[in-house]
Amino acid sequence: MRHLALLAALAATPALAQTDPSDWDAVTAAAEGQTVYWNAWGGSVATNDFIAWVAERVAEENGVTLEHVKLTDTADAVTRVLSERQAGTDTDGAIDLIWINGANFASMKDEGLLYGPFAEQLPNWQYVDVEGKTVQTDFTVPTDGYESPWAMAQVVFDYDSADIEPKGSMQEILEWSQANPGRFTYPQPPDFLGTTFLKQVLVDILDDPAVLAEPATDETYDEVTAPLWDYLDALTPTLWREGRAYPPTGTAMFPLIADGELDLSISFSPGAASTAIANNELPDTVRTFVLDKGTIGNASFVAIPYNSGSTEGAMVVANFLMSPEAQAYAQDPENLGYGTVLAMDKLSEEQRAAFDALELGAATLSPDDLGEVQDEPHPSWMTRIADDWVARYGVAE
Amino acid sequence: MSRRFLPLLPALTLIAMLGPMLAGLYGTILPAFGHLPAAGREGPSLEAFRALADWPGLPRASTLSLSTGIVTTLLALAITMTLVAGWSGTRAFRVLERALSPLLSVPHAAAAFGLAFLIAPSGWVARATSPWLTGWERPPDLLIVQDSWGLTMTAGLVIKEIPFLLLMTLAALAQTDAARARAISAALGYGRVTGWFKTVFPRVYAQIRLPVYVVLAYGMSVVDVAVILGPNTPSTLSVQIVRWMSEPDFDARLLANAAALLQLALVVGALVTWRLGEIAIAWLGLRWVARGGRSSGDATLAGGALVLSVTSALAIGGGLAVLAVWSVAGFWGFPDPLPASFTLGNWARHASGLNEALGQTAVIACVVTLAAVILAIGCLEAEHRHGLRLTRRGMWLLYLPLIVPQTAFLPGLQTLLLNANLDRGIWPVMLAHLVFVMPYVFLSLADPFRAWDPRTANVAAALGASPDRVLWQVRLPMLLRPVLTAAAVGLSVSVGQYLPTLLIGGGRVSTLTTEAVALASGGDRRAIATYGLMQTAAALLPFALALGLPALMFRNRKGLQHG
Repeated sequence: MRHLALLAALAATPALAQTDPSDWDAVTAAAEGQTVYWNAWGGSVATNDFIAWVAERVAEENGVTLEHVKLTDTADAVTRVLSERQAGTDTDGAIDLIWINGANFASMKDEGLLYGPFAEQLPNWQYVDVEGKTVQTDFTVPTDGYESPWAMAQVVFDYDSADIEPKGSMQEILEWSQANPGRFTYPQPPDFLGTTFLKQVLVDILDDPAVLAEPATDETYDEVTAPLWDYLDALTPTLWREGRAYPPTGTAMFPLIADGELDLSISFSPGAASTAIANNELPDTVRTFVLDKGTIGNASFVAIPYNSGSTEGAMVVANFLMSPEAQAYAQDPENLGYGTVLAMDKLSEEQRAAFDALELGAATLSPDDLGEVQDEPHPSWMTRIADDWVARYGVAE
Repeated sequence: MSRRFLPLLPALTLIAMLGPMLAGLYGTILPAFGHLPAAGREGPSLEAFRALADWPGLPRASTLSLSTGIVTTLLALAITMTLVAGWSGTRAFRVLERALSPLLSVPHAAAAFGLAFLIAPSGWVARATSPWLTGWERPPDLLIVQDSWGLTMTAGLVIKEIPFLLLMTLAALAQTDAARARAISAALGYGRVTGWFKTVFPRVYAQIRLPVYVVLAYGMSVVDVAVILGPNTPSTLSVQIVRWMSEPDFDARLLANAAALLQLALVVGALVTWRLGEIAIAWLGLRWVARGGRSSGDATLAGGALVLSVTSALAIGGGLAVLAVWSVAGFWGFPDPLPASFTLGNWARHASGLNEALGQTAVIACVVTLAAVILAIGCLEAEHRHGLRLTRRGMWLLYLPLIVPQTAFLPGLQTLLLNANLDRGIWPVMLAHLVFVMPYVFLSLADPFRAWDPRTANVAAALGASPDRVLWQVRLPMLLRPVLTAAAVGLSVSVGQYLPTLLIGGGRVSTLTTEAVALASGGDRRAIATYGLMQTAAALLPFALALGLPALMFRNRKGLQHG
């Protein structure tokens, strides 16, 4: 095996000098004709359609060919880059762009597997809302320009207004579930939305969630998370299928709501319910609510692996994703319904008009109604909580 | 040239088939024992096995793997054997045989989706019977799909294995003189089922033993059906191996390889147990025969087997029907038996994705099948000319890639290809597909090829034709139908491959099967339905062509048809 790796290293061409991101003309010139493999979760048709639209636009504008590599789990892409480095594939790796955030970003940045910094040199960075939105930290880890934001997500609860009223806290949700067993569930951790639900419980039931901004330690972990496990011990027997099975992802809960199996579910995309209603996936009685104390929010980013052979093309795509055109398109519930990362006051009137014209849809809360955005805990909490959850609820009968 | 090249073909075929498997096993063993120099790990160490033992889901995941494999095989075998015993030679049997044969080529993933859409609490069966019969206004909170015991998953496997074992049995029956055995046992007063089990079954079983082992090993290690129908708290061992393979952490990869070896050990253990069971059954069976009982509940058994077989055919057929309805469904609430509106919008939304995946699927399947058919014909021709015939023991080699679990050697093969920088593009995927397509193509072609009357060749040779000319102008034209059937088998096997495409393609090669299974996690029933149907069409169409083309080409020379 070592011989093979050596041979591979000899056969590889020396690394080409990558274009300086601040010389944008040189970047677009080099990008022309490049093929960018964007590894992004492929389980949602709306997202797949959006990426196909981006591919059309960057092909027209910049002559960049964008290929969507559909993942079931973003960790697959991280493994891929890691394996390539172990195998000595330091140029023209299989992946040029990854939809990423949180623990995956933290581990890639730590390992030096990312190209950059580039994000803050991109021309469309000027429109980004750096004050009001968490676009320079990712689950409390500074991005340092190694990933560029393209969508804002915030926890909302989807509910069928024909059957229940909005709830104000996790405690109210527990009480309602105990009175109406089998009508609520969440995606199975380590799915990101499933772990987000666990964090949302923790953030809501702790008196002072500030402790979560620091990395979890052996001393703090048990004490801080004890209320979470008490909560789940009470909730689990009242869940859909008594917690003996869980939906694999957030979108897998839509058909359960549509069929009337669930009355309540969690989502990380405030506009997704409206989009799903438009696609016949949800009944038109579905609405969304946020908790009284607010809900967790974060940004989705794209990052470029260090061994991408199409760095310039990838930057062109990242820049296009932050453009007012792409952001307004993504926020349209007809398309994706994702929150924008741009600051409205940095846009020209013409650019802003595209956002003002959007019909957010009956199930989507207005930016004001979305309330306060709570910070994501440090990634070390999520990793530990997810592992613990699997041991407690994920393998037991 | 063919004189020197032809005798090498059987060896070349074995290398193409077994090489990747052996290399993959080698590539699995090293990291399992902590040896992965590329990642800075020097072995040997038992760290990965220790971590595996610490995984809290291990007992249940291993048990699930064993129970689904063994129960699937027992049920499918019992139903098939009793069906053949009770009904072969009757009209009902011919009808059922004709219905079951095309179901063999329905991909496992599509059949699994169809079954889920039928029997889930919100499935078609519940919709059709609610609320007038069941009183359900909402789907009941029942754990049917993904149940903790893997029963639904087992059912999904059984309905797909019955057609497989049935076709294997029919091929074996031809060589067992079953008709005369039946006549004699009937004359001696034995019931239909009892007589068949006492006289024909031992001979048939000896012929289908290897296919039965394939079913056992497959049921224990299948991934796509387990993802769709199997439990998740925890999943089966094979699904967990694939999950570990895709984790960013390198320790998880070592863990996956250790688990792959455990999976292999479980399969070997189950096969050994099964073999011991065979010996025990043979011993008990001899006493049973010697006791001379003429019949015991024959009619009930035969009836039961017929009902179960028809149910399994209906489950696949009904599953495909409900996929078809979902693919054109507008909003479809529970408990409406049909959607409130119909739309072609779902197909339009997926048109470009479907086209792309179909193209990729077709290219891989065609190249792999062409290679497999050429190799198989070459091997059989070498056997004919040079007497290089596979012994009974040699048949094991042919079945080996189907018996060694995919999850045991594909992770290792991927690591090796990655280290050799050969993990790019479509070629490695084709190579991996060939490992699984080759045995089926060879098995499907071998019998008709060998049954061909060699006197025809003598006549042609006497008229001055060279051996090559005999092959091209006499033998292959006469064997067109079996060659096309073998090609159709190869195409449908390739279309249905999930794990080799996923692991060896590294996510860059997406076929209808990988796309459909990826959509499973998203739960969008309309998207799943369009991909599942398209996948089924891609696997079934070649069979339609294999049936239709010879009819067209032989319309003026019926005497040339063979097999």
